Amino acid sequence: MSNQRSAMGKRRKPLTTDTLFSLLIVVPSVVLVGIFVYGFIGWTGIVSLVKWNSVNPDFTFVGLRNYVSLFDSFRFQSDLRNMIFFSILFIAGVIVLGQGIALLLEARIKGKWLFRNIFLFPMAMSFVVTGVVWRWLFNPQSGINLFLSKFGIAPGWYTDISIFPGWKWFKVEFGLPVALIPVLVAAIWQMTGFSLAMYVAGLGNVPEELKEAASIDGASKWKIMTKVLIPQLRPITFGLVLIMFQISLKIFDLVYTMTGSGPNFVTDMPAVYMYETTFRNNYYAEGAAISMIMLLIVMIFIIPYLSRQRGED
Amino acid sequence: MKSINKFNSIIGIVLLLPLVLFGCSSNTNSVSSNEGSGADASQQVELDILSWWTAGGEADALNAVLDGFHAAHPDILVENAAVAGGAGSNAQTVLATRLAGGDPPAIFQAQGGPDLLRWQESDSLEALTGFYDEFGWKDVIPETLLQMNTVDNEIYGLPINVHRNNVIWYNKKVLDENGLQPPTTYDEFFTTAEALKAKGITPLALGDKNPRWATLLLETALLDQLGADGIAKLWTGDVDFDTPEVRAAIGIYQKMLTYTNENHSALDWQDAAELIVSGDAAMMIMGDWASGFFASKNMEPNVDYGWITTPSKEKIFNVVNDSMGMPKGVANQEAVKKLVEYFGSVEGQKAFNKLKGSIPARTDVDVSDYSLYSQSAAQDFKDSKIVLSLAGGSATPAAFINKFDELINMLTYQQDADAFVQALNEAKTILKGN
Repeated sequence: MSNQRSAMGKRRKPLTTDTLFSLLIVVPSVVLVGIFVYGFIGWTGIVSLVKWNSVNPDFTFVGLRNYVSLFDSFRFQSDLRNMIFFSILFIAGVIVLGQGIALLLEARIKGKWLFRNIFLFPMAMSFVVTGVVWRWLFNPQSGINLFLSKFGIAPGWYTDISIFPGWKWFKVEFGLPVALIPVLVAAIWQMTGFSLAMYVAGLGNVPEELKEAASIDGASKWKIMTKVLIPQLRPITFGLVLIMFQISLKIFDLVYTMTGSGPNFVTDMPAVYMYETTFRNNYYAEGAAISMIMLLIVMIFIIPYLSRQRGED
Repeated sequence: MKSINKFNSIIGIVLLLPLVLFGCSSNTNSVSSNEGSGADASQQVELDILSWWTAGGEADALNAVLDGFHAAHPDILVENAAVAGGAGSNAQTVLATRLAGGDPPAIFQAQGGPDLLRWQESDSLEALTGFYDEFGWKDVIPETLLQMNTVDNEIYGLPINVHRNNVIWYNKKVLDENGLQPPTTYDEFFTTAEALKAKGITPLALGDKNPRWATLLLETALLDQLGADGIAKLWTGDVDFDTPEVRAAIGIYQKMLTYTNENHSALDWQDAAELIVSGDAAMMIMGDWASGFFASKNMEPNVDYGWITTPSKEKIFNVVNDSMGMPKGVANQEAVKKLVEYFGSVEGQKAFNKLKGSIPARTDVDVSDYSLYSQSAAQDFKDSKIVLSLAGGSATPAAFINKFDELINMLTYQQDADAFVQALNEAKTILKGN
């Protein structure tokens, strides 16, 4: 008993050089993160509740007025719709393509590293570059329409304002804006390499014994893939969904350079609206409100993930 | 021993961190125009000028003025603290920070009108009325430009340059080949457009990826329907937007859209101007910076391309303007005054505007060595009614123009004039400053 106590006392003894190091290493980042992340989130929250809609600060409290006027506007409703459809299809595209290509590469080992690198290359580019290039590729008068027109097809791509299927939803039509499809192609093209690399790494970690056991039991290649490999990749898929969701929610540079807000706001995104509101109009309070809404949406997805991780620990 | 070394290096890192973080924050784009000066350094005073003139001709224009100033006042160093990006919004963010932090630039660029005067509202601006009296600027700068920067009989801004944006640019060869004349009324415009359309030529090139250029189309129609006085009243927020004249202008705008290139929402204005260069389109409504664009494409004025003001019942010059403001609490007041004086002088305005491709805000500057277009614009500036442009940023606060852009984006595709007019009436609160 007394031994135990003294052992515990030793463990709690404060300043060995080692604990001092670890403290010193941690303190600056805690302070910086505290100020520049959490402090500014709090500040943004406060700004979103006041009247500060000009270059001259005005801290008159207005409650949720900024939020109400946002949710009432055609543009923000369009943004939410676009964000929903963009996120779902972007994540699905990146996951399905990345996993599909990874499994194909797994089946034919030869040249695996070459293909993996080829597919990973687009990720090395900035979204700005991707945006400019795909903007010209999908420009209805230049780009791939020059080829398609030989077959008598000439889609409007991102100049198309139709919404599919287009149910009435508050002030806007709910559905997939056709103009988002080219943006989705560009975004998926860029990020698929990343998910591919993750899946290839994940497949490398699937124990050989599992596959062998399955094939000894007479499982077909298809069965091995669907019943053994894909379930083993589930944690990777889960992580990817979270990463991709963050990217799609915050997407700005790609949209801004490729299409801008688009005709009738069919390709507008909350981040673009936030930027223009805050830095073009100097409507700081309204911009802060958009930021807070984006933060809340991220949190809806991140918090279950964090609590799940905590549970696993 | 090893861990003590580690300890020291960590302490070092912790101490250096603030330097790294905050040392980077003072990197203004400093291009000083004073190299090789012979003046005694101890007598020199330093000033800086904040602007977003960072590209091509604009940057050259600013440097020309600073060089000229330095030649006249070798004892004053002027640092060019221009900030690039965001169509000026980055520079304005820097300005706001510097004014709030008690480190104002000596003088700064703003768009004349509400954009400049919001700094007066926050009591950050020095009145320049004294300069106007002393140097007689009131006699040489048009009344409209004085009024736009005036609050309670004090003038807070010095107009530097003037662009015009109610201009139809046309490919002269295309019009000539089809036996057509540039239109002087909207009826003529649509007759001409119909004739061009029949020949398979796009009558009106438009690039409204940035909806501001759609706003400009509607603004020019409003100029025709409301006239100079009517449109100025419209932007005060005191009158109803739902009038027959506004409705008629919307009608003209909607009709114009039917004569534009189909992919207009994919294009910037430069892409649209390319359609004029190539002859795929015949006409385009754009600010007179387009003249510089056509010249850069080796087009000859009055041979390859021509211009005419947009149709209107009276002769109107729709102004896009930059003005200089002088913050309160700047050090070296005497030197700053000399700089302001130079920007307002014939010499300063002449040097700046020639390279910028605009015309001087002063009407007494000799522009005979300016481009053909600029000479004609300077003449029109003297004998037209001057109107502050909405799309040019001088007529209303930025928030209203941006709202207008948002609404016109919807009008263009939803074709709902009722909703447009109603939303404009709701946006009057922005004009009223609430």
